Parts: sequence; C-alpha cells; structure tokens
Amino acid sequence: MKVPWIAAGNISFESYKWAEALNISLQFNLDGLSFLFSLLISGIGVFVVIYGGSYLSGDKDLPKFYSYLFLFMGSMLGVVLSDNIFALFIFWELTSLSSYLLIGFRYNYESTRKAALQALLVTGTGGLALMAGLILISSAAGSANISVWMESGFTLADSKHLHLILVLILLGAFTKSAQFPFHFWLPNAMVAPTPVSAYLHSATMVKAGVYLIARLNPIWMGTTEWSTALVIGGGITMLTGAVWALFQSDLKKILAYTTISALGIMILMVGTGTPKAIQAGMVFLFAHALYKGGLFLVAGNVTHSTGTRDVTFISGLFRKMPFTGTAAALTSLSMAGFPLFIGFLGKELLYEAALSGWLSFLITPAIVFTGVIFASIALLLGWRVFFMKNTELVYEKVHEVSTGMYIGPLLLGVAGLLTGLLPGMSVEGFLSRASYSVSEAAGLLDMHLWHGFNIVLLLSMLTLLMGWLLYIFSGKRDIDKYILAIPERYGPEAVYESSWKKLLHVADLLIRFIQSGYLRFYIMTILITLIVLILFPVFYYQLFNVNLSLEGVESYEFILGALVFISIFFTVRAVSRLAAIAILGVAGYGIAIFFAIYGAPDLSMTQFLVETLTVVIFVFVLYKLPGYLKLSPGIHRLRDSIIAVTGGGTIAFVMLLITNYPLVSELKLFFSENSYLVAKGRNIVNVILVDFRALDTLGEITVLGIAAIGVFAMMKLRLSKKEK
Amino acid sequence: MNSLILKIAVRILYPVMLLVSLLVLFRGHHLPGGGFIGGLIAASAILFKTFVEGTENTERIMYIKPFILIVSGLSAAFIAAVIPLLSGMGFFQGLWADFYLPVIGKPGTPLLFDIGVYMLVPGVISQIVFSIGD
Repeated sequence: MKVPWIAAGNISFESYKWAEALNISLQFNLDGLSFLFSLLISGIGVFVVIYGGSYLSGDKDLPKFYSYLFLFMGSMLGVVLSDNIFALFIFWELTSLSSYLLIGFRYNYESTRKAALQALLVTGTGGLALMAGLILISSAAGSANISVWMESGFTLADSKHLHLILVLILLGAFTKSAQFPFHFWLPNAMVAPTPVSAYLHSATMVKAGVYLIARLNPIWMGTTEWSTALVIGGGITMLTGAVWALFQSDLKKILAYTTISALGIMILMVGTGTPKAIQAGMVFLFAHALYKGGLFLVAGNVTHSTGTRDVTFISGLFRKMPFTGTAAALTSLSMAGFPLFIGFLGKELLYEAALSGWLSFLITPAIVFTGVIFASIALLLGWRVFFMKNTELVYEKVHEVSTGMYIGPLLLGVAGLLTGLLPGMSVEGFLSRASYSVSEAAGLLDMHLWHGFNIVLLLSMLTLLMGWLLYIFSGKRDIDKYILAIPERYGPEAVYESSWKKLLHVADLLIRFIQSGYLRFYIMTILITLIVLILFPVFYYQLFNVNLSLEGVESYEFILGALVFISIFFTVRAVSRLAAIAILGVAGYGIAIFFAIYGAPDLSMTQFLVETLTVVIFVFVLYKLPGYLKLSPGIHRLRDSIIAVTGGGTIAFVMLLITNYPLVSELKLFFSENSYLVAKGRNIVNVILVDFRALDTLGEITVLGIAAIGVFAMMKLRLSKKEK
Repeated sequence: MNSLILKIAVRILYPVMLLVSLLVLFRGHHLPGGGFIGGLIAASAILFKTFVEGTENTERIMYIKPFILIVSGLSAAFIAAVIPLLSGMGFFQGLWADFYLPVIGKPGTPLLFDIGVYMLVPGVISQIVFSIGD
C-alpha cells in the first residue's frame, strides 16, 4: 500500500505517448486527490463487483453487465488519474457512455431506455461545454497538462475569457454531478440495477464533477466569480435535493435525492474555499461514498427480498435479515452523523467550516437544515425499515440475502465506523493530501472525535435531535401526488422534455425538406448547389473572357459533337423510357470516343462499359416500372429544363474558361515521375487507383458493395410484404 | 430472350469475355486496363448470360455467388492494405515480390488490391441485376 507514501506528499507518475500531434498524452499522476478518488473507485468497486455477481446471478446478461462495469471502472480511474486534460475529457465521456449502457441495462423497458438517453444527453451536453472550456483554458495556459499549470502557478484570474470558461466548465461539472438545475437525470437513472446506482450514481461517477471542480480549483484562486457560482449552485442543490428527498417514498429515489444534496454540499465547500472548508469537503466526500454506497446496496437487498421499493410498505425486517440490518444500522448512523462514525467527523468539519467561512449567517443554517433532513432520512432507512415493529405488514417470504450481497454493505458500514474511531491511523494522512491538492493553503487535517464542548458539538447534537423529531412528524409519507409532480411538470425536467420534443419536431421538418424521397429533387438540389458554387466565384472575380474561336478543331470532332448533340435532343423528345435511355447511351459513347481521341484510354474504356451496363440494367428495371406517362405539368417541365440547361451551360462555360489558363499541374508531374519509380507501374491511371489513392478506391468499392446489399434488401423487403 | 443468334453468340462470347477481363486486369498496371475495367467486362459477360438464361439460371451456374464475390473482393482489398502494416510499413504502402510470374507480372499488394476491385465489380452488378430481375 502506498498510503503512507502518498500521505507524505509524494506524487506518482506514469506516462505513455499517445496522439502527440494533438497534444494528448496518457500521463497519469497519483497525488492526494487522485488517490482519494482511486481508493473509492477501486475499493467500492470491489464490493460492487462481488455484489453484482449475486444480485444478477443466473441472469444471462451478467457477462455484459461486468464488461460495462469494468469499462466504467477503467474510464473513471482514467478521469481521476489523467494529468492531460484532453485525456481526462476522453475518459470523462467514456464514463458517460458506460453509464448510458448501465442505466439502460434492462433495455426492454421503455422507461429504462428513456432514462438512459436522458442521462446521456444531459451529461453529454455538459461534456461538449466542458470540452470547449478545457480548450480555452489550455490555450490560455499554453499547456494541456494540469501538473504544468500547478508548477507554473498559472491562474485564470486575468484571462479575458474568464466568464466564458467559468460557464463552460461549470456546465460540464454540474451536469455530471447532477447539480441544480441539471439534477433531474439522477433520480430517473435509478431504473439501473442497484449495484450500478450504488457505484456510478452515488459513490463515483457523479463525483467526477466534484473532482473536476476540486482539481481546477487552484487555477481559479482569487476570483470571486468562481466561489460565488459554486456557493450558489452547490447551496441551491443541497437544499432542493434534501427537501425533495423528504417527499419521496421510493427507497432508491430517497437515496438519489440525498446524493444530489450531498454533491451540492461538496461543491459548496470547494466554493467556500477556506482551508477548513476544503478539508471538510474532502472528509465529507469520503464519508458519503462509504455510507451512501452501503445504503444503496442495503436498499437493493431490501427490494430483492421484499419485492418493493416503497418504504411505506416495509418495516421490521431485522429479524429476518440480520446481516443486512446491521449493515443498514452502521451506514445510516454514519449518514446521520452519529458520534464514533466517519460521518460525524465529516459533519463536525462541515459545521466548523460553515461557521468560520464566507456568508456564515446563511450557509450555517442551510447546512444544519440539510443535516437535519439527512438524520431523519437515516432514521427512516436504518430504524423504520429494519427495527420498527408493524403488525399490519407481514412478509412471509422475506429472507436474508446471500453472503455476496450483504458482505459489501456490511464491510462499508464497518469501514465507516473504524475510520471514524481511528481517523489518525487510517484516513487522516491522504485526506490531508487531497485537501492540499485542492488548495495549497489547506493545512494538515487534525481529526478528533472529541473537540470539547463547543458550538459545533452543540449543533451536531441539535441536528440529531431535530432529525429525530422530523422523522416522527414526517409520518407516513403519503404525500399528495400533486406535490411530487410539481418538479416534473414545471421544473427543469419539463424544460428538458419540451426541448427534446421540439428537437425531434425540427429534425422531422428538416428530414422532410432535405430527404423528400423523390430522385428529381435530389438531382435538382445537387445541380443548383453546383451552379451556385461555380458561378459565385465567376461573377465575384468577373471572369468572362471566354475564348470562343474554333481554331484547331478537327472535322471529325465536329461530327462527334454533332452526334452527341443530336442524341441529346432525341433523348429529350423520346416517347418511351427505353428509347430515351438507348439514345442517351449514344451520347455517352460519343463522349467515350472523345476520351479516346484525347489520350485517355482507361477513361474511355470505363465510359463505354458503364454506358453499356447502364442501358442493360435499365432494361431490367423497365419491367418493374409503370407505363411512360407525361404526368408533370408544363410549368414543372419548364423549371426542370431551365435547371438542366443552366447546369450544363455552367459546366461548359467553366470548361471554356479553364482553357484560358495554362494546364500545369504539379500532381501530373508528380505522378508521371513517380509512377514507375515508386509504384512500379507504367499506367498512371491504374497506379493512382490501386496505389497512390488506394484508400479512396477502397472507400468507393465499399460504397458499391453497400449499394448492392441495399438493392438486395429493398427488393427482399418488398417481396416479403407482398407475401403477407 | 429467344434469339438463336444471341444464344449461340453468348455461348462463345461468355468464356472469351471472361478471359479478356482477366487479361485486362493483369495488364492494367502498365497498359490501359486494370481491375475496375476488367471487372466491368466480366460484369457485361454475366449480364449477357442473364439475357439468354434468365436470372435464376445464371445465378445457379455462377461458381462464386455475387455476395461471395463482393465480400471476398472487399476482403482482398482490405488485406492488401493491411499486409504492409504487418511488415512494419505504412497502411496501403506497396509491397512487391522480387520475381516475375508469366502473364501476371510482378506480384505485389497493389495487384491483390486490384484483384479485389476486379471481384467486387461483377459481384455488385450481378447482385443488383439478380435482385431486380427476380
């Protein structure tokens, strides 16, 4: 174990080269903050992996679950260890993606897919903003490596994009960490399997935003905008999360809303920014991960055993589930901030920080208020569910879950107790170092259970007492459904829903406009675009000096030209499709002869063959088409012919224009010089196709293959429809 | 189509056209021709056959079915791109043998690539025609 080594202030480096041209390297640094997060990710990860095996035992999708879970674990470790911000960003997005897969694990339910998509869209939008913010910071700092910023003492204090960067970074962090007003995805994500909720949506992934804010805190030093934004955002989230948790009756949703609230507290503490506040934030983060991860797993066990997630229907389970019950008691005591537990130490520090920090008269009551709600919820989960006797509700089939399912929460609960009893021997060192990484001003932590009789202890005891009272008076929790529906109907989630619907609507309109389904409109679009793009520079640069002299034109060229022209005329006048396509083939042959005359045998051969094949394939298609009718009205035909003639005229005009300029192409020189020497072939066209530009050819033949499969599929589908 | 002349002509022309297409494929590196043109010639041969025999019979007498042609053509082209990678050179860098074969010439990865194109083109065209003509 490297704990003492990290606690002594050392940093471990590991570096690999990656995309150097893009300034992205895989450099991993393990300092105090990274260590704290890595410990939580891998430590809680172990329990979640064990738990998941029992929770989903016999499920055919278990291997898939594990592959997603390890994908997530790896990416999350990447986020907290990467020194290069772009590598960090890539891992950040990977956590969003794996979270999407894990939330949508039971993809056969519509609600699950919807929640997964919502989480992905909300965090993904934030991710885009974050990327822009990180690019701005790295260009301001001249480096993409966080360690370089720290060493050079880089700050954003006098950056001209300060406010823009602030908004972008906070968008990224707040969406990820489910801060108000982006919090709504987290309760919805509770449709995920319980180990996922415990791991991603309480202990680790949602803390990535907190990590980012803590990690970037040094470069914002001395800006009031940063602290103000964090204090306001964190504060509002803390209060709304706690209050909404109180109104829930679904076990997992209660936990989700308290998680939102807890994340708000962490961000509030980083925003407060005093040494005490940073320390409090780190200790609380650690304590929260232990007890909340454990409580989620306990909730999973309860649901597994009773088949319901509604707390109003569950009570007195302890005699049937003693191990889970013990785990629940330990973790909820830590959540309530009961003395002896790490949660108590965290809360003492929070109160201390609030009392001595910025806006103390506002923040202290707010934190105490949140603490009261936490205590009452802890009583609900730890006391009511397991110990309160209720004769009305009898569960006959309730049984203790398998060892794999209670060992995790039990050990997490014990860890909360041990680290609370002996902080100096366990966590104090690296938590000090973590605080130091967030702010160099944060001194060494000194964690004691007993601080003497002071105002903090008084507040702590008051919190527990009021939490108990609140628990008693909050009663049966049969809250009016109307209240529960308020945030869904008028809150940020409603905004999300309506903008999602509008987006789909706009996409629908756009598709109807650009994908009309009529070949003639596609061709028209292509032609008009071509005409505009070509004629714009012609008119812009006034290029009209076209050479129209017929000097040097041979007589057989006239004859060929006439042939092509006449066949075009008859194509347009043709009364049957077959005639039209056959006469058009004559025009194609004429052009092929032109190619042959001007020394392009490959092109000429290709043109001949393609013309032939086109006519032949068209004959096959003809059988399937209805009779040749002149359906389109005259005005459409006029429009089409104007577009066609303009298109052809434009190309002809540009061709004439080009002959005014000497045809010296460096590419031509390059190919004729290197074709034989480098590519060992004398036929330049072929060498270009198979060697110099082989990647293009590969792309083209892939398209051809896909087209063939597409035609095959279309015909098959039509046939099977007929068969029905 | 029940034209006797066409039937006899195709009987003779079908193998000749296929042979010519092979010739065009292999001479393409130095003289006009190559995989794409060779493939188009082979496709015309198959189309001729289809006129006389109908789509089902033609598909039956093809030793290699259109889909297999498409897939193996694409695979050959892709393998030609990857082989140099395995021997430490760049993606798609030409890798040549140091001996000559009769008719074919110097074998190398560009030739393999061209053979891939040659296989894919008739595969695509016959697949489309068979799908439509069914």
